[in-house]
Amino acid sequence: MKKSSRAAYVGVFAALAIVLSYLESLIPVFVAVPGVKLGLTNAVIVVILYKIGAREAFLVNIVRIAVTGLLFGNPVMFIYSLCGGMVSYAVMFALKKSKLFSVAGVSVAGAVSHNLAQVSLACFLLENGSIAYYMAVLLITGAVSGFMIGLLSVYLIKNVHFK
Amino acid sequence: MSSDGIRKREEKSGNSALVKRADLLLFFAVIIVGAVIFLVYRLSLSQGKIVRVSVDGEVLCELPLEEDVTREFGTPYGTNTIVIKDGEASVKEADCPDKICVKHKAVSMFGETIICLPHKLVVEVAE
Repeated sequence: MKKSSRAAYVGVFAALAIVLSYLESLIPVFVAVPGVKLGLTNAVIVVILYKIGAREAFLVNIVRIAVTGLLFGNPVMFIYSLCGGMVSYAVMFALKKSKLFSVAGVSVAGAVSHNLAQVSLACFLLENGSIAYYMAVLLITGAVSGFMIGLLSVYLIKNVHFK
Repeated sequence: MSSDGIRKREEKSGNSALVKRADLLLFFAVIIVGAVIFLVYRLSLSQGKIVRVSVDGEVLCELPLEEDVTREFGTPYGTNTIVIKDGEASVKEADCPDKICVKHKAVSMFGETIICLPHKLVVEVAE
């Protein structure tokens, strides 16, 4: 893939990820636990990680977090988003390299590590240890949504073609 | 065409399984760990006596669960109105963007918390 098309893809997918982040914030969540969400943005990151490259996936992630933080979030949410995004990227990158799992497993690990990173950060920032309930809910919802997003990503990886 | 086409492409890539066994193992392992944490948490619950309200890790006040009271907490981040009624504490109103704290069910058991992340506010039931 040419250098210029890589750059163009980063721009297009960053825009897509930002729109999906915003859409996701409009979907009401019925569980009263912060951090429970569909993870549509992660499908974008997973697809880029597999189809274009690790560097591009990292760039899209950073741009997405910075822009959504500026547009829709406050500084506190920005820190949570940055922490979750970076940890889940690192985990997915490492697991993809290890070749132990396929796309679905990588996506589950990404979603769960995203949630665990945010719970740990909450634990640290709020200096409050009694969050076992949040941890349990976020583990289970993270695994389920990560798996669904993983299947969606497999479908996209197989059927979307890049030039 | 589509199902045929997909099958051909899968054969070409040499990976017909959508999901590997390792993926499923990881999925169920996480679900089980989550369920165990949840069970341990549920079993360890006992009725609490007071509600501790803190912002940014700093305790603002402690309210007894026995007295019905409505109190507004204004912080640099925003305001949350906390209501204690019938031995249960809940957040009735808040001007935070996500309203997760308002949707949270009322708490009364030791160790239960309501957390408002945008306002860095924690409502915790203690003894």
